[in-house]
Amino acid sequence: MSVPATARKLKKEDLSCVFDQLRASHRVIGPKIEGGVIVLADIDVHDIPAGFEDRQAAGSYSLIRSDRPEIFSFSAGPDSFKRFLHPPVSEMFTFRRSRTSMTITPSGREEKPLAFIGIRACDLSAMKLYDRIFLEGPVKDNTYASLRSNAFIIAVNCCRPGDNCFCSSMGTGPEVKDGYDIVLTELRDSFLVESGTVRGQDLLARLALEEATGIDVDEKAERTGACIRAMKKSIRAEELPGLIYRNPDHPHWADIAERDLECGNCTQVCPTCFCNATYDLVRLSQVSFKPPGLSGVRVRKWDSCFSRNFGRVHGGNFRPSRRARYRQWMSHKLAYAIEQFGLPGCVGCGRCITWCPAGIDITVEAEALKDAR
Amino acid sequence: MKRPRIGIFKFTSCDGCQLSVLNLEEELLDLVGLFQVAFFREATDRPLRGHLDIALVEGSISTGWQRSHVVEVRERTRYLVTIGACATSGGLQALRNWTSIEDYKKSVYPSPGMIETLPCSTPISDHVYVDYELWGCPVGSDELSETLASFLLDKRPGIPGYSLCMECKRKGTPCLLIAGSAPCLGPVTRAGCGVLCPSLERPCYGCFGPREGANIDALLNVFRKKGLSPHECSLLLDKMNTYSYRKARSREGRL
Repeated sequence: MSVPATARKLKKEDLSCVFDQLRASHRVIGPKIEGGVIVLADIDVHDIPAGFEDRQAAGSYSLIRSDRPEIFSFSAGPDSFKRFLHPPVSEMFTFRRSRTSMTITPSGREEKPLAFIGIRACDLSAMKLYDRIFLEGPVKDNTYASLRSNAFIIAVNCCRPGDNCFCSSMGTGPEVKDGYDIVLTELRDSFLVESGTVRGQDLLARLALEEATGIDVDEKAERTGACIRAMKKSIRAEELPGLIYRNPDHPHWADIAERDLECGNCTQVCPTCFCNATYDLVRLSQVSFKPPGLSGVRVRKWDSCFSRNFGRVHGGNFRPSRRARYRQWMSHKLAYAIEQFGLPGCVGCGRCITWCPAGIDITVEAEALKDAR
Repeated sequence: MKRPRIGIFKFTSCDGCQLSVLNLEEELLDLVGLFQVAFFREATDRPLRGHLDIALVEGSISTGWQRSHVVEVRERTRYLVTIGACATSGGLQALRNWTSIEDYKKSVYPSPGMIETLPCSTPISDHVYVDYELWGCPVGSDELSETLASFLLDKRPGIPGYSLCMECKRKGTPCLLIAGSAPCLGPVTRAGCGVLCPSLERPCYGCFGPREGANIDALLNVFRKKGLSPHECSLLLDKMNTYSYRKARSREGRL
């Protein structure tokens, strides 16, 4: 196979040089083990859970020592870039009201730009959706825009799918196609590195790299192929969104509602769920009667369509049953998002399956909608 | 503006929620500055007189006297707010609702004839209209001060009422139920504690009570699959919010 112009090879032990290059200018975020789970956090190269593999099933997760040689033989944990680009809790502005005036001061953030290491194809697709929503929509989200604009992205091609992954069927992975500054493919003895942007190219220029050959590029294709073949789950994406639109009254929705805990875990770990609620927080110490006035802060927190108060309007929640709320979530993922944003709201990462205490599996539930009523 | 009059009342309880009021620390001074404390047995001897703008009520109703006294408190009060598991849910003492009070009396007191009590311990809302309920054992200080500030500002308190899982995920606490296979009540329990137990690797035992719409049977089915017996499952629910969990279980069976 022909070698792409930007492709080079990085020795595995030189991965630390990437960190060295980024650390001065960026906050480096990557995978790390905490409490028996791979999370995303500020890391150094030795924090990467090399030699670990996750065992995931519907509603279960554990880590084991891997007998595979790769550094990146683990797959996604509950966290995604969302924790950093759309933070779980963020201060939007402070306000101060007196008898005569109201002052609003936007909350600034003075943080180093973020660098993500080890981000996978599914999450890059989710980020593309976030860009549509938060940057390219009618209203630009300042928090996301400021965190996203300088974020440096080092993606990794998956060599082994997670047990609940189905990106291949959603067309979002496992091979990283775009949206990266640098992409790594782990080969037998080195990384094949490719840059996707000028700044990615600049970073690669500062590393000690070797020439890549056709054999390396073939190995990359082989490994991607093996990953696709090993993927156990799938959704028939070609039937979306019609499958959802044809079945709003399918009895299976009630079946799901019986098992559904409505805890919201799926929405919190989903890298495309973006719902949030704002709170105006005023401490008792910020209220004054003489002279009359108050001050406080508007805070934004992740919320969920499963939360009754999130959809509460005058008279109650407009989706009064669990069945209706679950259907809304899954329909948004698999159907409405396509119309809204031109991309599916599901990227096949499988997080909602793993982190659902009741083990509700979106691939199985979607398949059940095909059955005769 | 005239300072609103606040009363703090106690029925059957351990006083811990009133202590949470005293534990507001620096905010306690703000509270005293912003409200006129008209009744608070834990802190002053002042008798109950006149009308109240807001009453914080701790404790469950478990005697005949309490049953009539809570009606009197309600009649004097514009906004009645229950604080904590006893007032909101009947408390630990509601365990007697599922058995015979006579057996309990005999096993605890040498002369049970002296004890005047109702056969059941019930939340305040079983007796009078309650404007707002704060959960927790004890009540959360942040939720308490948010509620009082919201009362002053005439806004809805910023208390979401969703599951504890939402707070756990926001904090990035590893899931004890999924990664640790522990019987954690988080999915059916209200957020509000700031993930106190799970962040110390202890599964949630439900001191903030069942959230609205909690699908308790579905969670117990998950626990059953993990090997718990039906008896072990109900023991998990039979704590300070036993009355509410059992009520929620019968109400939310199928939806």
